[in-house]
Amino acid sequence: MFDVHAGYVVIISGAVTIFLRFLPFIAFGKNTPSFLLYLGRVLPCSVMAMLVVYCLRGVNVLAGSHGVPEVIACAVVVVLHVWRRNTLLSIVAGTALYMFMIQEIFSA
Amino acid sequence: MRDSTITRALHDTLPVMTGYLVLGMGFGLLLSTRGYNALWAFAMSVMIYSGTMQFAAIDLFASASLVTTGLTASMISARHLFYGLSMLERYRNIHGLRKIYMIYALTDETYSLVCESDDENYCFWVSLLDHSYWIAGSVIGGVLGQVLPFDSRGIDFALTALFVSICVEQWLNSSEHSPAVIGFAVSVMCLVIFGADNFLIPSMLLITIGLFMMRGRIENV
Repeated sequence: MFDVHAGYVVIISGAVTIFLRFLPFIAFGKNTPSFLLYLGRVLPCSVMAMLVVYCLRGVNVLAGSHGVPEVIACAVVVVLHVWRRNTLLSIVAGTALYMFMIQEIFSA
Repeated sequence: MRDSTITRALHDTLPVMTGYLVLGMGFGLLLSTRGYNALWAFAMSVMIYSGTMQFAAIDLFASASLVTTGLTASMISARHLFYGLSMLERYRNIHGLRKIYMIYALTDETYSLVCESDDENYCFWVSLLDHSYWIAGSVIGGVLGQVLPFDSRGIDFALTALFVSICVEQWLNSSEHSPAVIGFAVSVMCLVIFGADNFLIPSMLLITIGLFMMRGRIENV
C-alpha cells in the first residue's frame, strides 16, 4: 500500500530544501551587501563542522559503547584523508570499519 | 571546446562520483530495509537531492508530523542559503532554465567544485554529473536492498565520513581555520545545552554571530 504520510514528508522536505537553495538568488538578485559576501565565504567551513556534530548527535558518551566506535571511525577517516586525499577511500574504509565495529564488536 | 569542458567536469567530479555512489547506495539500502523500494529512492533523489535531508527523511517517515518535517527540513537545509550567497556573483550572468537547474542542484559537494570556477558550462556539467551519480547510487542501493538480505546497521556513517572528509579537505586547503573551529565548538556547546533535537537553530545563530565578531580578524588574514 502506498504510504501517503511518507509521500508528504518527501514533498515537504524537497520543497523546503529547494526553496532555501533559491532564496538568496531571489532576495539578493541585484546587489549583495558585503557582510553577506563575507558570510558566503566563511560559512561553508563552519557549516561542515556543524554537520559532523549533527551526524554524531545521537551518540551517548555515558552509556552503551560510549561513542568509542564513532571516535575511532572518525579518526580513521581524518588520518586516511590527510594521508591519501581520496574521498572514496576515506568514506568506504571509515564506513566499513564502523559497520564492522557496531555489528561485531560493540553489538549489545 | 564543448568536449573538453565535459571531460574536465568528468575528471573533477570523480571523487564526488565515488562518494555519491557509496553514500547514495547506503541511502537506497537503508530505505529499502525500512520497506520503501527503489522507486522511492529515485523519487527522493530527484525531488530532494540532499543526502543529509534524505537520510533525515527516513526517520521522519515513521513518526514526525508534517510541521516537524518542515521545521527539521529548514534547519538541515539552511546551510544552502550560504552556498547560494557565495554563488550570487558567479551565477549572475547565467539565465533561464540552466540557471534554475544549477541553483536547484547546488549541493555541498557540487558547491565545493563550482565555487572554484568561473566557467558557466563547466559548472553546469559538474551539477548535472553529480546529480546523476547521486540518483544512480540511490537506485542501485534500493535495488540491491530488495534483492540481497543485508545487515545495514551503521551504513548511515557514510554521511558522517563524507562530512569529516570534506572538513579535512577544507582545513588542508585553507590557512584560516577559525570558521571551522567556531562551527565545531559552537555546535558541540549547543548540543550539550539544547539537546540533540533542538541544537541546530541556536548553533546557526551563534555561529553567524561568532563569525561577525571575528570578521575584522578573518578578513585581514
